[in-house]
Amino acid sequence: MNVRRIPRFPSALAFLLAFAAALSSQTTPSASLTLLSKEGHRALPIAMVGDQEFVALDDLAVAFPLAVREDSLGAITVTYKGKTIVLTPDQALASVAGRLVSLPAAPARNGRRWLVPVEFISRALGLVYDAPLDLRKQSRLLVIGDVRVPRLTVRYEPLGAAGRLTIDATPRALSTVTQETDHLTIKYDADALDAANPPLPPPGGTNLVQSVRVVDATTLAVDLGPRFTGFRTTSQPVDATMRLVIDLVAPPETTPPAPAPVAPPPPELPPMFGQPGALHTIAIDPGHGGEDDGVRSASGAKEKELTLAIARRAKAAIEARLGLRVLLTRDDDRNVPIDERTAMANNNKADLFISLHANGSMRPTTMGAAIFCAAFDKEAAQTAGAAGLDRLPTFGGGSRDIELVPWDLAQTRHLDRSAAFADLLEQQFRGRLPLAARPVDRAPLRVLESANMPAVLIELGFLTNAEQAALLTGDAFQNTAVQAVFEAIVKFRDLLPPGGTP
Amino acid sequence: MARRALTIGALAIAVILLGALMFFRVPRWTTRATTRAAAAPSPSAPAPPGRKIKVRLFYVADDGVRLTSIERDIAYGEGAEEQAREIIAAQIAPVVDPLVSAIPPGTALRAVFLTEGGEAYVDLSRELMTAHPGGTLNELLTVYTIVNALTVNLPAVNTVQVLVDGKEVETLSGHVDLRAPLAKNLSWVQ
Repeated sequence: MNVRRIPRFPSALAFLLAFAAALSSQTTPSASLTLLSKEGHRALPIAMVGDQEFVALDDLAVAFPLAVREDSLGAITVTYKGKTIVLTPDQALASVAGRLVSLPAAPARNGRRWLVPVEFISRALGLVYDAPLDLRKQSRLLVIGDVRVPRLTVRYEPLGAAGRLTIDATPRALSTVTQETDHLTIKYDADALDAANPPLPPPGGTNLVQSVRVVDATTLAVDLGPRFTGFRTTSQPVDATMRLVIDLVAPPETTPPAPAPVAPPPPELPPMFGQPGALHTIAIDPGHGGEDDGVRSASGAKEKELTLAIARRAKAAIEARLGLRVLLTRDDDRNVPIDERTAMANNNKADLFISLHANGSMRPTTMGAAIFCAAFDKEAAQTAGAAGLDRLPTFGGGSRDIELVPWDLAQTRHLDRSAAFADLLEQQFRGRLPLAARPVDRAPLRVLESANMPAVLIELGFLTNAEQAALLTGDAFQNTAVQAVFEAIVKFRDLLPPGGTP
Repeated sequence: MARRALTIGALAIAVILLGALMFFRVPRWTTRATTRAAAAPSPSAPAPPGRKIKVRLFYVADDGVRLTSIERDIAYGEGAEEQAREIIAAQIAPVVDPLVSAIPPGTALRAVFLTEGGEAYVDLSRELMTAHPGGTLNELLTVYTIVNALTVNLPAVNTVQVLVDGKEVETLSGHVDLRAPLAKNLSWVQ
């Protein structure tokens, strides 16, 4: 590619800063298309013909190594590394290496120059070019090759006195959120940000959020309002998007709100807010998924579908009635690697991890629910126990002591609390659901070992038992199971000190 | 003449000694070869002729949630590694009612290795995973059938790591961590 070569740093960064600044300035975007690659950037002028955006073929020929030739019959031949694209005046078509593709408009002549619709780049040139060409019309950006430029979309929803800011980054990009005096800083692990959509919710600001603005190439800032008192964040992948949710906390209203005709919750489902701070986030892990069906019953019920259905019910109940955040390690039919499941819980600082499964036995009459905690051999437990403090450098100089525990042994520190939660689950299950002969057990279960919080795996029953399979797939059982898990969580919360899990 | 008688006598003693050797040694070689060719004699089938050793093998108990152990005569193996192969071959062999095996049908023994540190590596065919019906309990019983079969019967084996098709695996069906050798666990046995 013939994009102007510039040293990657610091001049590349300078451009990115300028790019971000332009996005943040909220002024009318300049009429140019920005080409962004690992090697640098370049701006191509955009010409408007009616509502259609065009770029000059001459400019493209300079930016990319293209040869452009016009023959006596008027056809325009564009050649890239021996591959040809043929354009015909007055026709909204291009022949790309013998294949016809449509364009939104025919080529247009401007004096001695030929103009082509900007879509020519993605629809025609993209088919023959060596690297991927990602044309983002809305932000007038062309991403060339392997450059990480997530597109950000920002939403704000008021939740009573509190509020929730949701920022989607597509394709997925990880971020870190830190608070400075009057704003939150969101730093993305990316080369640049595509934040052309005005990232400014809500109009005029609120008591919690004044504005969201682009600070530099990879950083957003959330200017906080006067009622802001705290926040908590979670991030979760949703298809190709990484969704960052920032819950903004406000102090309770001092003046009682006007009575509103709000329907009271059903009497059997009282809201149980209280003891804020003891439990914040619960990770629920619907076992299996995608090509991994898990156990299948004779009638065709699949473990992966059962676990997802119950996880969704549990999430709805816990969020609505306890006001806790519930993360699902998967919310659709896909197979999530085991380490990703625990990583999601660990990275979001979940306070409790519940993996949901259905059991299978070689004997068709085996039945009953069981709850498992992790088991480690003595040597592994000693290794984890011996993990001391390591002094590590921090950003901005200095160092701090950090306790390093091997990933596979993270659960060793939480075994007592995991066992306590398992006992609470057994108490809640007893009399409501059929229980296995030994309802609480320990085993070296892969998904629990890396969970850095109290963690259990619940086997709800046996799909290999026809009677149990019919029971497990019914609404009555699923509601009862969710209610039992819910009440165990409430009791577990009561065991915890108000500050949360130590 | 006396010299000739001496020669005949020496030959007769040699023949008797060779005959005795054949009588005591050859059947065992033959038995071992037969055992290997058959790959997996059923523990419930009549024991093949040859030198035998008593071992405890593990099967799914009547309640379905634990293993039960049964004493069986299996072929004697020369050395711990050879004996470990015989034990696993007998353990994974198909069984008939009322026994129920926690080993998926079709699973074959590829190899067994022992280390000086007392770790056994049991390499089984892919059917151990592909034919596994799933479920935490099934998986636990499958794994501890293999682990206990060696750790209970062979003092030289302290831990067992299960390999599938020659490779380390994370789990059989998504539950039990198989990335490291596992020690004997009799809490899964009645």
